[in-house]
Amino acid sequence: MRSIWRSLDPGLARDIALVLAADTLVGVSFGAITVSAGLPFWLPMVLSVVVFAGAAQFIFVGMVASGGNPVAAVLAGLLVNARHLPFGFAVADTLGTGWRRLVGAHLIIDESVAFALAQPSPDQRKRAFWVTGVSLFVCWNLGVVAGAAAGTAITDTDALGLDAAFPAVLLALVLPSLRDRHARRAAIAGAVVALATTPFLPAGLPVLLALAGVAVAEVSRGRERLPESS
Amino acid sequence: MTATATTLLVSALVLGLGTYGCRVVGPLLRDRFSLSPRVERLMVTATVVLLAALVATAAFVEGKAFAGWARPAGVLVGAVLAIRKAPFVVVVLAAAATAALLRLAGVP
Repeated sequence: MRSIWRSLDPGLARDIALVLAADTLVGVSFGAITVSAGLPFWLPMVLSVVVFAGAAQFIFVGMVASGGNPVAAVLAGLLVNARHLPFGFAVADTLGTGWRRLVGAHLIIDESVAFALAQPSPDQRKRAFWVTGVSLFVCWNLGVVAGAAAGTAITDTDALGLDAAFPAVLLALVLPSLRDRHARRAAIAGAVVALATTPFLPAGLPVLLALAGVAVAEVSRGRERLPESS
Repeated sequence: MTATATTLLVSALVLGLGTYGCRVVGPLLRDRFSLSPRVERLMVTATVVLLAALVATAAFVEGKAFAGWARPAGVLVGAVLAIRKAPFVVVVLAAAATAALLRLAGVP
């Protein structure tokens, strides 16, 4: 791990470290919120190891803590996590082969996918994916343990603005891909679909519906009838 | 609290297994097919679209309701800096600091 960290561009390593710091604090809050809601102290840790996806974990805990049906909580979490299916296809080549592929699949998460996407070469994509995925897994779980143990130390990450940091992280990483005009149109269409459907649909579904935006890119490409414009 | 410890544990494991199932399908199937450049490009576009939709919903929405102005204002500051090619660290810290300071000033 240390050697792969060293092999990263120092700028990229620093960027990843910043995201790790922010996500660790969110992990602390997740552990603290779960335990202070009266749920067993082991639950946030088990969830963080086996699910390893913040949004789904918060939704699951929110539902069971308010007395909701655990089956409904599982389904809600799965719906939020369904985006990992297309992510899996997108980063499949980045994972390597054999056992690496099976381990790497568990590390597919918004941040590792976004950091990989932002790299220019396959080799750099691979390194960015693995460093982000492994170190985020470690930091997220350590944060959750700390939060579950410390109780209410940090429950309000909004006061630190971390809720604004997460979209800013993804936006900064996706921005280079938006230089392609067609991808930009697709992204805008998808974002509009997701926002417009959010009030009416369960969490997770709006983001999946955003995939309709991919069709916009294809139509826009087809109209131009040009070969690969960047 | 109605759910027992066993129910919670089983639920957490099922959610984990289901999530892993979603994650592993693509990597496992990738070997079986050789993908045309067009499909490869579609998958990159799909990733970009999903991440953009996550940015939009995470910036504006909390649960099903509007998140308040502090968060989107922070994200907007980050977006402007990112478009102006500010370093990643500056983008992220400025987004967080803007939201935090607005909240300190009483903006929800």
